[in-house]
Amino acid sequence: MDSKKSNKKAWLYLAPAIILLAIFSFYPLLNTFRMAFLNGYNGMEVVGGEKFTIGIQNFKTVVGNVDFKQYLKNTILLCVITVPISTTLALLIAVALNSIKAVQKVFQTVFFLPYVTNSIAIGMVFNAMFTQVRVGSLVQTYGIINNIIGVFGIEPINFVNSGSTWGANMFVVCFYIVWHALPFKILVLLGGLQNVNKQYYDAAKIDGTSKTRTFFKITVPLVSPMLAYVIITSFIGGFKEYSSIVGIFGETMGPAGSSGQMNTIVGYVYNMLPKSNLGNASAASLILFAIILVVTAINGYVSKKKVHY
Amino acid sequence: MKIVLQNLTKQFESRHKKGETVTAVNNLDIEIPDGKLIGLLGPSGCGKSTTLYMICGLEHPTSGKIFFGDDDVTELEPENRGVGLVFQNYALYPHLTVKQNILFPLQNLKGDQKMSKNEMLDRAQTAARLVQIDELMDRKPNELSGGQQQRVAIARALVKTPRVLLLDEPLSNLDARLRLQTREEIKRIQRETGVTTVFVTHDQEEAMSISDLIVVMKQGIMQQIGNPQEVYDNPQNLFVAKFLGTPPINVFSGKILGGRLYIGDDCIIDIPGEADRDVSVGIRPEGFIPDENGALRCRLKNIEVMGRDCSVILENDASQNPCIRAIIDSDISVKTENGIASFNIKKNKLFVFDASTEERIYF
Repeated sequence: MDSKKSNKKAWLYLAPAIILLAIFSFYPLLNTFRMAFLNGYNGMEVVGGEKFTIGIQNFKTVVGNVDFKQYLKNTILLCVITVPISTTLALLIAVALNSIKAVQKVFQTVFFLPYVTNSIAIGMVFNAMFTQVRVGSLVQTYGIINNIIGVFGIEPINFVNSGSTWGANMFVVCFYIVWHALPFKILVLLGGLQNVNKQYYDAAKIDGTSKTRTFFKITVPLVSPMLAYVIITSFIGGFKEYSSIVGIFGETMGPAGSSGQMNTIVGYVYNMLPKSNLGNASAASLILFAIILVVTAINGYVSKKKVHY
Repeated sequence: MKIVLQNLTKQFESRHKKGETVTAVNNLDIEIPDGKLIGLLGPSGCGKSTTLYMICGLEHPTSGKIFFGDDDVTELEPENRGVGLVFQNYALYPHLTVKQNILFPLQNLKGDQKMSKNEMLDRAQTAARLVQIDELMDRKPNELSGGQQQRVAIARALVKTPRVLLLDEPLSNLDARLRLQTREEIKRIQRETGVTTVFVTHDQEEAMSISDLIVVMKQGIMQQIGNPQEVYDNPQNLFVAKFLGTPPINVFSGKILGGRLYIGDDCIIDIPGEADRDVSVGIRPEGFIPDENGALRCRLKNIEVMGRDCSVILENDASQNPCIRAIIDSDISVKTENGIASFNIKKNKLFVFDASTEERIYF
């Protein structure tokens, strides 16, 4: 066929996708860059017909903001804590699931349930589990977690209510994220495990390989492509963490009295929008983008060395 | 190391509750002499691989015993049996180099057996040299050809100097030329190490060419054991006769009548003292001698010249195969009369089997 003609056809077929992408992805993306570099941009023309000047004022404001620093710290900590824990747990659970035959399907379903549950709803349930209901300064009832740790003789801890510490809040959020992240990881890793040829394990058995050595020398390397995928996606997800905190603490992003205590970078971006600080919001988004880019690049570099495709 | 299988039986439970259990290996009694190369031969599903897996310990027998020398190893875990196994698809760890793959079994050793790093490297190097891959030590398995992978798998199986080497369909993943070469190689490695070796195959040519002993199996039951030539020359039943030999044996429906063996109306030979009954007659392709006054008359269909000898395609109403194939010297001419060629039959290439039991009738 005439190549010019076929080119035209190709563009025609691609057009719906390209148009949609252009309107809803490319344009917003580029516009974010524009807004980030217009000093003090607020979405409206400056009074008196003045134009916004181009510069890095927005970035300076964001980076100099005390709250933003706190949010950045929260976000990074969330990632650093939850990604290793949830990945390790998911791998162990997947290996365990893979080795049982009888009720595998049942457990698979049970472990998958968090994935199909709304994250705000889960957050509210977590709040209820960790809460303590007070009248005045007197605690009336405790949530189930405090009841359970009470059995072991541990004093009740104020996890999420007014006056709770940053550390206690962090614990709850991490707990939530790990639990919520497990199903997808288990699913991916289990798929990887089921693809591993059983003969590798037979060969290992004949050579008298110990369970631990089999796990680290055979299982982990053979599912390493899945592990790499899971780790990269969960870092990206972790840096975008937001809805879990809304679910647990509500829009205040922290316990009553210390709102914003658990807020994240995405939370900061949302905060800026109603205040017409579009410039700051864009700058924060770009900072987040840069962080994710760097982390993913590091991930990619490490996995090139460690992953066996 | 002598291997003795005693009444070895393996049954698999059906996956459905009411289904029948499948007997993969049925009451197998084999004694494998020390330092020999043994081929387990049979069509797929005959239980030969299951037997191999029971010898190495990956499958547990339903009943019966396995001895290595005088040790009863039936209840031993695979790693304590001292076996090396080469898998059909080699099962080389894809993420490890050739060297790491060969070292892997050594690194598992514990307690007194533990070796120093140099000792392990020495052993790996020796094993690699034996199979001639010592120049490929730093490659990954996916950078090797099938034949090279096969060698690595053998080196890995041999590096612990096992008492018994087991090979599961060692040549099935190789192309035809490599197969010829590799089977010589296996024979050589076995001779050099002197390790008792059992290998499984469904290819009779492969088994016959390199084995000291072959064991022919069918549906979990041993049919015959013996050295390849002996089994070929003296099959105990029709199955063994049909299974060995290329081109395959020609089988005719015949009958014994008054002490004579008939194929169709042709009286082939005298079998004095045998009761009258229906029989199957097997004649090896090389058992035909063209003779104008020969006993067996067949319609000549075609002659395929192959240089050294030629293959004569014949037809006979009593034949159980669609066509009969005879191999004769190319300088002997086949004379026909009205399209009918006559042959005398070499007596030692003709076997008679009972039509219903398929057991050999000796005469």
